[in-house]
Amino acid sequence: MYQILKQIIKTGIKTETPPQADESMRLTEQRLQQEILDVFGGALSIRQVDAGSCNGCELEIHAVNNAYYNIEGLGIKFVAGPRHADLLLVTGPVSRHMEIALKRTYDATPEPKLVVAIGDCACDGGIFCSDGATGAGENYATCGKVSNVIPVDVAVSGCPPTPVAILQGILTAISAGRNVAQE
Amino acid sequence: MPIKHPNLKLTRLTDAVPAWAGEVAPEYLFEICQQVRDGGGRLVALWGSDVRQQGGGFVLHITLMNESGLVCLNIPLPAERPNYPDISRIFPAANRMQRAAYDLLGLYAHEGHDHRKWLRHGAWHSGSFPLRKDFDAAASLTHEPEDYPFVQVEGQGVHEIPVGPVHAGIIEPGHFRFSIIGERVLRLEQHLGYTHKGIEKRFESMGLQQGAKLAGRVSGDSTVAYAWAYAMAAECISKVTPSSRALWMRALLLERERVANHLGDLGYLGNDVALSFGFAQFWILKEQVLRNNAALFGHRYLMDKIVPGGVTASLDVEGKHIIEQECDMLDEQVRILRNIYDEHAGVQDRFIGTGRVEPKLAAQLGLCGMAGRASAQAWDARVQFACAPYDKLDVKMATYRNGDVAARVIVRFDELFESLRLQREIMVNLVHDNEAPTLLEKLPANGFGIGLVEGWRGEVMVAIHTDAQGNLTRVHPHDPSWQNWPVLEHAVIDNIVPDFPLINKSFNLSYSGQDL
Repeated sequence: MYQILKQIIKTGIKTETPPQADESMRLTEQRLQQEILDVFGGALSIRQVDAGSCNGCELEIHAVNNAYYNIEGLGIKFVAGPRHADLLLVTGPVSRHMEIALKRTYDATPEPKLVVAIGDCACDGGIFCSDGATGAGENYATCGKVSNVIPVDVAVSGCPPTPVAILQGILTAISAGRNVAQE
Repeated sequence: MPIKHPNLKLTRLTDAVPAWAGEVAPEYLFEICQQVRDGGGRLVALWGSDVRQQGGGFVLHITLMNESGLVCLNIPLPAERPNYPDISRIFPAANRMQRAAYDLLGLYAHEGHDHRKWLRHGAWHSGSFPLRKDFDAAASLTHEPEDYPFVQVEGQGVHEIPVGPVHAGIIEPGHFRFSIIGERVLRLEQHLGYTHKGIEKRFESMGLQQGAKLAGRVSGDSTVAYAWAYAMAAECISKVTPSSRALWMRALLLERERVANHLGDLGYLGNDVALSFGFAQFWILKEQVLRNNAALFGHRYLMDKIVPGGVTASLDVEGKHIIEQECDMLDEQVRILRNIYDEHAGVQDRFIGTGRVEPKLAAQLGLCGMAGRASAQAWDARVQFACAPYDKLDVKMATYRNGDVAARVIVRFDELFESLRLQREIMVNLVHDNEAPTLLEKLPANGFGIGLVEGWRGEVMVAIHTDAQGNLTRVHPHDPSWQNWPVLEHAVIDNIVPDFPLINKSFNLSYSGQDL
């Protein structure tokens, strides 16, 4: 126990902004907290759905939980099921084998709900789809971008997007609300 | 020459790893596999290709491995009835690979006992095969989900828990069917293939360099290993050897990928036994590695840094200094954390004896990679088939016999420290210059090449076939998870359901890498 406490004290508080983008990052955090207070009453619950990604985006979604980005410190947490989620964080491309599961997850999420598509493949099919650039993006095994399957509020590009971009995407979704800024 | 058989003539592939290739008729396949197995060898990969447009039928490709190297068997099969003898009786790991080869190409393992579909869930018709060159996607697609015949366990008090495909955590999708009695797991059956996104078909419409990007996205956590294996296969066909600087750089990137993944997993393994301190601490360290990757190489996970012909990354004196400092910091911090894990009664109570795979079972089922080494399967491509620059590094293999979660944690710690040592050695040998990468743009016609890289999870193999114009006509990326997923089914038997997430994380297998 002593060793654990010593290590915690020695480590100190790591939650900070990346050194290059200090000020802009702080702004993001403050605004994020205010928006959550306004829209979701102080807490936002996220259900993450991997609808066919390569696992790269999941690595960065894990990273937003680390001490540097400390998403839980902002009142946002990842939950184990869609029925108590406010927002779906979906990575793709949506494989055809995940199409039904994604639709069911969406249907199981109570209104009002938001959807944020994470990563290039979720935005436009990415490298896995023969027509990724135009967004049509299907091959025999994929449905392409997430918005081909369920409505999407915000799309965050990147391969994979950085944790900061993921946080910004969540912020944008909360501040825009449905039907105001489709993708 | 790794194996001798009167009906098999092997030729050496010019390759970074010792590899041979040869054609053999289907009737000799079984005895050759048996011979390799009896000599302590293993199955690495099994896939097929369609050569009907070249006047042939189909070809079944099987890569075997023994202590001398890799053997790629090409087994020609007739176009009308592409059947071959089932080899899962010799190598149990072949079962799912054979079923996938049927789903994608229609190659049929006769005499086999398990012909259930594997990668096809009902998104396309049974009887139409996506990797055949005449596959008509528009006419073949369906939206009829098909049931999967799970093995039912019967008896008083037995019930089932279906889990997935959408899991409770931030994890890839797959279905687990538990048959349990009370809290005890009687049987686990996996149903994977949910992230099947047609990667192999996609390769066939890509140029060589674009294909490198796709290879780097077969499994995002192993992007360096896949990109290197792909580049190695392409260089094998072209008979090109990358510059010494490029090879040192590749090894540096691979070891950094290993360190980042082991740090992340060690954190989650603490978290899964309710020591959230472990998650917090290890993920601070992982984030520091990722940030150094971004600052030094321009990408947190090092994607697209290895390309056929060379690398697109460089490192100056200051960058080397940053890596040396990082190694010192990690060495000190991970030692402190390891000590805390070792001394923590609650952690050790959950780790020790949990999810045990005995060495004998591991050998029988072909458990490989990091998980294999925790069950006394002493295979590490960096040691046995040390390609440059590993031939100059003298990698110390981490092995352990207990085969439980604790053993897999120990192997991770040992490998992490070894990777730090290797990075320091690489820093001494890596010369800084501004040489432009010599990229391969086109491959020779009718070529076949193979690449094998020991990624953090295990050995990653990529095979490339080119057509008469030198285009990619078939690319098969193979993840070690193919071998290890079925072993996980055995590892959880007799454990309690709440220990499943811990056991699963201790293997941390890839879904996308095996679903393709």
